[in-house]
Amino acid sequence: MFRYILQRLFYMLITLFIIATVTFFMMKMLPGSPLSAEDKLSEEQKAIVLEKYGLNDPVPVQYLRYMGGLVKGDLGVSFAFDNTPVTKILMDRMGPSLQLGFQSLLIGSFIGIILGLIAAVFRNGAIDYTSTIIAVLGSSIPNFVFAGILQYVFAVRLEWFPVALWGGFEYSILPTIALMIFPMATAARFIRTEMVDVLNSNFILTARAKGISEVGVVFKHGLRNGLIPLITVIGPMAVSMMTGSMVIEQIFAIPGIGEQFVTSVTLNDYPTIMGTTLLFAFLFVVIILIIDLLYGLIDPRIRVSGGNS
Amino acid sequence: MSKLLEVKDLKVSFNTYNGEVQAVRGVNFDLNKGETLAIVGESGSGKSVTSTTLMGLLPKPQGIIKSGQILFEGEDLVKKSVKEMQKIRGNDIAMVFQDPMSSLNPTMKVGNQIMEGLIKHQNMNRADAKKKATELLELVGIPQPDVRMNQYPHQFSGGMRQRVVIAIALACNPKLLIADEPTTALDVTIQAQILELMKKIQKETNSALIFITHDLGVVANVADRVAVMYAGKVVEVGTVDDIFYNPKHPYTWGLLGSMPTLDSAEEELYAIPGSPPDMLNPPKGDAFAPRNKFALEIDTVMEPPMFKVSDTHYAATWLLHEDAPKIEPPESVKRRMQGFSKMEGEQ
Repeated sequence: MFRYILQRLFYMLITLFIIATVTFFMMKMLPGSPLSAEDKLSEEQKAIVLEKYGLNDPVPVQYLRYMGGLVKGDLGVSFAFDNTPVTKILMDRMGPSLQLGFQSLLIGSFIGIILGLIAAVFRNGAIDYTSTIIAVLGSSIPNFVFAGILQYVFAVRLEWFPVALWGGFEYSILPTIALMIFPMATAARFIRTEMVDVLNSNFILTARAKGISEVGVVFKHGLRNGLIPLITVIGPMAVSMMTGSMVIEQIFAIPGIGEQFVTSVTLNDYPTIMGTTLLFAFLFVVIILIIDLLYGLIDPRIRVSGGNS
Repeated sequence: MSKLLEVKDLKVSFNTYNGEVQAVRGVNFDLNKGETLAIVGESGSGKSVTSTTLMGLLPKPQGIIKSGQILFEGEDLVKKSVKEMQKIRGNDIAMVFQDPMSSLNPTMKVGNQIMEGLIKHQNMNRADAKKKATELLELVGIPQPDVRMNQYPHQFSGGMRQRVVIAIALACNPKLLIADEPTTALDVTIQAQILELMKKIQKETNSALIFITHDLGVVANVADRVAVMYAGKVVEVGTVDDIFYNPKHPYTWGLLGSMPTLDSAEEELYAIPGSPPDMLNPPKGDAFAPRNKFALEIDTVMEPPMFKVSDTHYAATWLLHEDAPKIEPPESVKRRMQGFSKMEGEQ
């Protein structure tokens, strides 16, 4: 097990190295320079600035310099955001996005699992159809529509929560609800489909034949087997949620990383683009590792060998 | 002998989009304590539906008990509530299912799956349940039961899994064990082992056994009595000797005739022509008549009642009526019957 994780960490490093390299060269192919938008600077001044930041060097030299810094944990200094170190920008911006992503993923998939379970147990009944409709609406209507409605109803009309901005927990409630609808709908659909299969399988009949109560059958025998496919989809979803939703952060004026990423791309802020991409990639590979370990935890058949088999 | 189970005029239907499928159409049989009854019939004859109904495990809401009684120790199981049935299932009546590859929960340790019933029905604590479960694994012939307790089903072979399923069923010393084709999904050598195991355990625990199968070879091996089912009804019931040496129903003749034996190599294997009737619209009269070359005119009009052949032997065919022409079983079946008695004599 320990060996397996070490091996995976090694592969993760290789993955990150490849991603860093590809991103670096693709970014350099983008038209323009960080100074493209600066009309007030003369050509000479631009040349001096570019020289200062080493942007006149050949691309491979820049690449080696960047990678050298990366190995030491130095992500460079932002061109656009007042020369702040990229690490600090990411730290500051990551907080709200992580919190929103985590909250919405956790609550969303929890409610989704419950909805899907109820739908599967009472399949083809009124509850099932209601939960299916919720699931279809939730996964087909874009979340900014919900965001607008939530803002209007709960912030403008009822004045229960702040309309926007980022202050304390109450500021996170509406964006969390807007964001959680998608994972909720996805979880509900997956769990419903899988649980209908699971509840019709032979081992559930065996469990019933033991005299286990219906609640015990569903939760003790059913749910664990029904969770496996959901875990597959929840991994990538978790990453996309935690790396921030540009649209939702824009609507609620939340200083999150999604919003900042878009800005840095439009400004050709190379170090920030690199830093953010690498952070996303890092989160992604870590979550995939966690998912793979979770699989083994839930399903002994895909447990990594090394134990007694 | 005291009756453990009496099934009286049991009718079970399934509501489907196409209409009502009459899977079981008035089944009667009884079972004494410690006795083994084999229920035989081809696919769709209603034998599995009968057993799931006994367990109270009919799929809801499609499956409905239309009428009838299931008297278990004098109490009608049809009238029991869901909670009451949960107390009986796994405790007084237990079941062994057909496919060991899918009958065990893949994500739960084998030991826990056996212990569950013990904790629920016998109020055991985990330590006692664990001890008992280990003994059960030993009883069903699984080596190294301590180690095996902590393993998952995928670490067991098919035959071993079926032993685990049997251990689960036996956990609470049920008075009635229902085995629904327990050897069908296993390969032949393992089949024999599992049969031997079930016979041995039944002797030791003295529980009654309903053995559902389509394999007459298995029947001769395990059963005391046999009920032959066709199209949702019991068409012939009797002791093993009655059924094998003196079968009366043409359908039983067909079943016996279609059974391959060692010396049947030269002669062509008999097949019952046609296919079972559509239970959405069961035929009028005797359901077997369209496939029966000995069918009488009355078979297409009226269903035959159960005619008494002897105290233990009944069959539902008009051929047993006093006015019916005397018809002998076909030659091939007769030879088969003689073959059985010869085999018996050699044993």
